[in-house]
Amino acid sequence: MLEVKDLHAYYGKSHILQGVDMHVGKGEIVSLLGRNGVGRSTTCKAIMGLVPPIGSVRYNGVELAGKEPHQIARLGLGYVPEDRQVFPGLTTRQNLELGMKSARSNGRWTIEDAYELFPRLKERADTPAEVLSGGEQQMLSMCRTLMGDPELIIVDEPTEGLAPMIVEQVGRFLLEIAQRGVSILLVEQKLTIALRISQRVYVMGHGKIVFEGTPAELQANAQVRKEWLEV
Amino acid sequence: MFELFVFSIINGLVYGMLLFMLSSGLTLIFSMMGVLNFAHASFYMLGAYAAYQISVYVGFWPALIIAPLIIAFLGALTERYGLRHVHQYGHVAELLFTFGLVYVIDEIVHLIWGRLPVDYRIPPSLDFSLFTLFGASFPAYRGFMLLVSVVMFVVLYLVLTKTRVGMIVRASLSHPDMVRALGHNVPMVFTMVFALGTGLAGLAGVIAGNYFITEPGMAWAMGPIVFVVVVFGGLGSIVGALWASLIIGIIQTAAVAMPYSLADLFAVFGLQLTRDAPLADFWFLELARIAPILPYLLLVLILVFRPRGLMGTRET
Repeated sequence: MLEVKDLHAYYGKSHILQGVDMHVGKGEIVSLLGRNGVGRSTTCKAIMGLVPPIGSVRYNGVELAGKEPHQIARLGLGYVPEDRQVFPGLTTRQNLELGMKSARSNGRWTIEDAYELFPRLKERADTPAEVLSGGEQQMLSMCRTLMGDPELIIVDEPTEGLAPMIVEQVGRFLLEIAQRGVSILLVEQKLTIALRISQRVYVMGHGKIVFEGTPAELQANAQVRKEWLEV
Repeated sequence: MFELFVFSIINGLVYGMLLFMLSSGLTLIFSMMGVLNFAHASFYMLGAYAAYQISVYVGFWPALIIAPLIIAFLGALTERYGLRHVHQYGHVAELLFTFGLVYVIDEIVHLIWGRLPVDYRIPPSLDFSLFTLFGASFPAYRGFMLLVSVVMFVVLYLVLTKTRVGMIVRASLSHPDMVRALGHNVPMVFTMVFALGTGLAGLAGVIAGNYFITEPGMAWAMGPIVFVVVVFGGLGSIVGALWASLIIGIIQTAAVAMPYSLADLFAVFGLQLTRDAPLADFWFLELARIAPILPYLLLVLILVFRPRGLMGTRET
């Protein structure tokens, strides 16, 4: 459903993405792996239109390059940024409400669903979002995007800086929403979760895709892991 | 002395709330778009002139409603067809754009209404004395200015805190890109906020233009003060803008009425200065005479000791 062809992106004069090719099928969990600074986050932003994309990004046959981010979101893409970006000054509940694309939402997900997925959010419903812990903010950020009823959700480094127990919760959450029909493009640096839940993985290096395959194939390929992933 | 105190507070409140009408719009625009709109006070002036022109034909009351709407519409056009295009060239270009706009509006006002003040007056229905205190009368129109600005503050506050649009605006203050990625049309929200801000400036012009004087220099008289208020209150903070407006309004109004000088202060501590002391002109300078520079003094002090302003969340 998402097809990226020869995608380039620039920050000022630096050429960050140098021709990325990838695709995500319906109901699939696909991971995009790679070290810091190889362009994984930029790929997410370019797909969402937050960084001007050069090349082709097609979603269900519709060309996204050149569209505004809110138009892209309304076509059914969701984005959970790496730095969570919860809205300070608004409560947990208000953050979730803003995830809905209109006041009378008739999407698949309700705020009650979010509370069920993460009971912690219910306890914190009336707390200003900026005082939540890192893990809670991550849950909030993911659920907020879910409120907009995306068919495909791009999750950028959801486990960064989280305790192992929360990382497990995030993994279960991703599997749960995938079961309910949401496709996922997961950006990760750690292999543990990504290899366990994805159907396919991409490895990125220097602004290009350097490996594509199943988690098993990646595990068998010591050379790719050594060159592009291991520190 | 008590008399002076009471009047300074009341008049300071009126002036402060007027400042708030301008500074609230300016600070909203700045914190959402990162654009310091130099032309903000020019929209204030346009509001006064528009109200004058409309009141010539249909009277003050329709002008009170129509003029701010016209200014808000002009603001929306400025954002949509001016600033949004300039935005891609960066903040310096945006600053220069609004700076240029100041001169353009100045010249347009000169061309249409001339260089002399226009005859924009307080409506007869409000031209009476509301009450008399300590032998001085308090004009009803001043009470009306206070009423309009307080109503405007309450409405603005409710819209920002209780409505969905207000929530989108507040969310866009911190993470505009995220709000866009959630499917909200942030550029349109920007246009609306710009229109709201300029509309409020226009409204301030409508109610202040006849109380002060409607003339081509009024934007220059008001502009710098409004910047001081915004920086003093903390860029991006509406509540900060409210406090800063009131503090600066009251300080400035009170200072004008105070015939005290540093020499008087020394006298309290038993140090009598005479007129032939070194720098006597400075020591005998009355507070009333330096009142106009007090806000700028405050600006310098706050930038030195608390660069993010009273309640700002980011460094200026």
